[in-house]
Amino acid sequence: MSEPRPVKFRGGGFAPTSIKWIGPVVFIVLIGLLELGTQTGIIAPLTLPKPSDVLATFGELWRSGQLWLHLVPSLTRLLMGAALGVTTGIAIGIAIGLFSHIRAGLVPLVAAIFPIPKIALLPLFVIWFGIDEGSKYALIALGTFTPTVVATYGAVDNVDRSLIRMGQSFGLSWRSIVWKIVLPGAMPGILSGLRISLAIGIILLVAAEMLGAEHGIGAYILQAGSLYDLERLFAGVVILSLLGVTVSAVIGHLERRILRWRS
Amino acid sequence: MDLLVKQVSHRYGDLDVLQNVTLDIPKGKIVCLVGPSGCGKSTLLRLIGGLEQPSSGQIVQIGDPPDACLNPLTYVFQDFALLPWRSVEGNISLVLEDHDIPGHEAQRIIADVLERTKLTDFRAALPKQLSGGMKQRVAIARALAVNPAVLLLDEPLSALDSQTRELLMDDLLALWSRQAFTAVYVTHNLHEAVRLGHVIAVLSRRPGEIKQLVELDIPLGERSPDDPALQLHQQHLWDLMREEAIAADKELVDV
Ligand SMILES: Nc1ncnc2c1ncn2[C@@H]1O[C@H](COP(=O)(O)OP(=O)(O)OP(=O)(O)O)[C@@H](O)[C@H]1O
Ligand SMILES: [Mg+2]
Repeated sequence: MSEPRPVKFRGGGFAPTSIKWIGPVVFIVLIGLLELGTQTGIIAPLTLPKPSDVLATFGELWRSGQLWLHLVPSLTRLLMGAALGVTTGIAIGIAIGLFSHIRAGLVPLVAAIFPIPKIALLPLFVIWFGIDEGSKYALIALGTFTPTVVATYGAVDNVDRSLIRMGQSFGLSWRSIVWKIVLPGAMPGILSGLRISLAIGIILLVAAEMLGAEHGIGAYILQAGSLYDLERLFAGVVILSLLGVTVSAVIGHLERRILRWRS
Repeated sequence: MDLLVKQVSHRYGDLDVLQNVTLDIPKGKIVCLVGPSGCGKSTLLRLIGGLEQPSSGQIVQIGDPPDACLNPLTYVFQDFALLPWRSVEGNISLVLEDHDIPGHEAQRIIADVLERTKLTDFRAALPKQLSGGMKQRVAIARALAVNPAVLLLDEPLSALDSQTRELLMDDLLALWSRQAFTAVYVTHNLHEAVRLGHVIAVLSRRPGEIKQLVELDIPLGERSPDDPALQLHQQHLWDLMREEAIAADKELVDV
């Protein structure tokens, strides 16, 4: 007989909790190290700009009003394109989820469009929709459309069938079943698809602006890059990161509000 | 309104599930269906409520449902089937919204069924905040809201622990004595059957046929859990089912 001892705990981990402060600390430490490296010369000025200089450039951008000159058209393009792509994507995704014929017809088509790098189609869109905003909207719309469709019909497939049965058993109309059972039931999947779609939207936005735009963050970065103006280039990149973080925060907020019912 | 199940047989592909089932469901009575696992009880209930069509035979409705009846054949499901994103009240109003009911009338119905199921204080709660027994009470309230002619209950208490089951059984009995409803009640649990059933239909193992109809003439209000007469009935039912259950258990499930 050995000594009595407490049973070993082995149920830890696999339960992520939200620890708010670590994220910012990682950023601050990383930027602090870079600042230190560039100040002391361990990192050569041509390799990376000083974070403090990037910040100064950013402040300059803000004061001169240049920031809004570039940010406003970019945001407009992203919003218009993504709104178009996401709404049609959700509509088509739900149609695929509900109707066998549409599913049979469209799923292969979507699978064929999905892997095409949409940026390769920009010249085509320029011919179809003009060199101005039209082609950029179309590009972002198509880029956000395909992931939204795939996420939406997957989400519709995953809606609890017993809830739909319940709706039928109470004689709910087809419309009510779709609006009050299928759509809310698919919402978690649709929202997580939205995260991916919007990230793709930002990437395409920048790509489109690099290929031809007077104003916009993509254009700004391209200009800075061709002059090897690393401070401005990084200031542009920081704006993009902030945009990504903002979009993700907005979706997170939406998820918390709309999906409060989830345990 | 009475229902009559007339020589109903049902098959899924080449699996015979129900064979020549004839069953009378008279107004104001609770008919319990018991039988071994997989004998087709749930299938029969889906056929009765028109969620599926029988391969042969008919379900006939005799007489008309009462005027205020919004959904004559109404289910209560084993897994509750509540919309998790709607509150208790929202889950009940869901089944009223498709009928042209003025707002204040809908409010009155909701308040009435919540009161009858003792849920008034939980009007605004979300399903995730409720215990299993409460969820099933919400589902029962929802079913009562459409003023059904026949309630179809598929193992409504099976997902609950035995204490909660006992409490909810009392609730169902109280509801019935307040206003006699017609019901088909599927269960595994013979104790529930003898407490709640006016008629108990014992099904054989698959393909399910009616093996025996047991009528209990003790009024529902006078049945107490440890009534020896009820226990005798329960023993009799178990004797009927025992061999079937053992045989059904040994069969391979190939679907
Ligand atoms: N939609 C379906 N398609 C094919 N087979 C089915 C379907 N539904 C049920 N079955 C089969 O029919 C048989 C009867 O099923 P049913 O669910 O009616 O039994 P049950 O008596 O309710 O069983 P339990 O006591 O386990 O609830 C089972 O063998 C089941 O596998
Ligand atoms: Mg069943």
